[in-house]
Amino acid sequence: MIEVRNIHKTFGENHILKGISAEFKEGMCNLIIGGSGSGKTTLLKCMVGLHEPEEGSVIYDGRNFTRMNFQSRIEIRTEIGMLFQGSALFDSMNVEDNIMFPINMFTDQNHKEKLERANFCLERVNLAGKNKLFPAELSGGMKKRVGIARAIAMTPKYLFVDEPNSGLDPKTAIVIDELIQELTVEYKTTTIVVTHDMNSVMGIGENIIFLHEGKKWWEGSNKEISQTDNIELNEFVFASKFMQALQKNNR
Amino acid sequence: MIFHPLGKYILLLKAVFRRPEKWNIYRTEILHEMVSIGVGSLGIIAIISLFLGAVTTVQTAFQLVSDFIPRSVIGMIVRDSAILELSPTISAIVLAGKVGSSVASQIGTMRVTEQIDALEIMGINSPGYLILPKIIGAVTMIPLLVIISIGLTITGGYIAGTASGAVTGQDFINGITTTFIPFTFTVSMVKSVIFGFIITSVAAYQGFYTDGGALEVGRSSTKAVVISCIAILFTDYLVAQLLL
Repeated sequence: MIEVRNIHKTFGENHILKGISAEFKEGMCNLIIGGSGSGKTTLLKCMVGLHEPEEGSVIYDGRNFTRMNFQSRIEIRTEIGMLFQGSALFDSMNVEDNIMFPINMFTDQNHKEKLERANFCLERVNLAGKNKLFPAELSGGMKKRVGIARAIAMTPKYLFVDEPNSGLDPKTAIVIDELIQELTVEYKTTTIVVTHDMNSVMGIGENIIFLHEGKKWWEGSNKEISQTDNIELNEFVFASKFMQALQKNNR
Repeated sequence: MIFHPLGKYILLLKAVFRRPEKWNIYRTEILHEMVSIGVGSLGIIAIISLFLGAVTTVQTAFQLVSDFIPRSVIGMIVRDSAILELSPTISAIVLAGKVGSSVASQIGTMRVTEQIDALEIMGINSPGYLILPKIIGAVTMIPLLVIISIGLTITGGYIAGTASGAVTGQDFINGITTTFIPFTFTVSMVKSVIFGFIITSVAAYQGFYTDGGALEVGRSSTKAVVISCIAILFTDYLVAQLLL
């Protein structure tokens, strides 16, 4: 479980996160949703240590991450897998080397063992045999899947996913969402997904946190989200014509 | 104004020299950078060195109008200019353009495409992994390039001098072999090691703190070259003042 307590983050004059507290449960897809500029990615980056919050703490299974020094954080970071919005694959390495990179850095496995693990991860994301391709040769969906394969290479306890569906067609987006959900159950990871895609919200949102103007505005599940009276959340959820039509049909 | 970036630069260097996670991975990266910087820059260094030597010889001969000055002096001037100034400094300025811009844009692109964030999430000391191999590659290979450059500058001078008739081959060789002070070579090596450090660390700093997109990567690359050139010339004066 990951807990965030009273997180505040400012950039210059902009107060982005205004005292956010939340719990992200183990073995579950926890979604952080909100409009552009609501602070979702900033919260995610504060949680993984890419941004330092001015106030508050991030606690990984009782371990206070915000108070740790660089060396102590490494232990927790080896338990973290992350899929970035743009996949963030290393351009100079092929798919296989990208996946093997964290294994190379933090284990003493021999080449055969590392290769077996890389192949297993690639099979898990349905990209078996694509070992020698370079990121420039992959489609957007394939890059995301390689990103996921790299994120699970070290069998993480915590999986962070930033906008998994940005730039993907709806069909590929569903494949990625399903993959994230399957891996969460399979590895019992605490998965945190930042998204503004309503398909993801309805599909995998077991625990949802809605951010608005840097504050936690609502918390619940995908079953509860369409029945809430929260005006800001309703404006966000039913912004698209598709969701409006769906709501009309349900009524 | 200067203190904030200077402080950031020093803190970055502190992170660069933190103990590596795994030496064998760093060793591979260091060898890769040595090939990239050393072998990759050999062509341009060879061309500019030959022409520098040729131009220095022709221009020195043009200014030696007095019959009281022996023609062998041309060889001496070309040799000392090559060792003390032309090879280390001009090579460093050319390498600031070639290696520095490449380092800044490579690291800058990694920053804007979140590859550096990915390294940090994995628990890897990203400044160490990305910058240390480049610094070691440069401080080992640039002195070697400067040694090659010295040889080629003198060769260029010899070819131009004898081809134009400004100096005979024998006079030129007499010039480069008489009154040689070995300490000038030490000064040249000290300069090239410092220049190698400046080129890679300044460029890496500019790339590492790139913020934005493709436009900012270009700006970082340009800034890296400009700041490196100024730092090289300033350090050149400083080393000359201190050691000579």
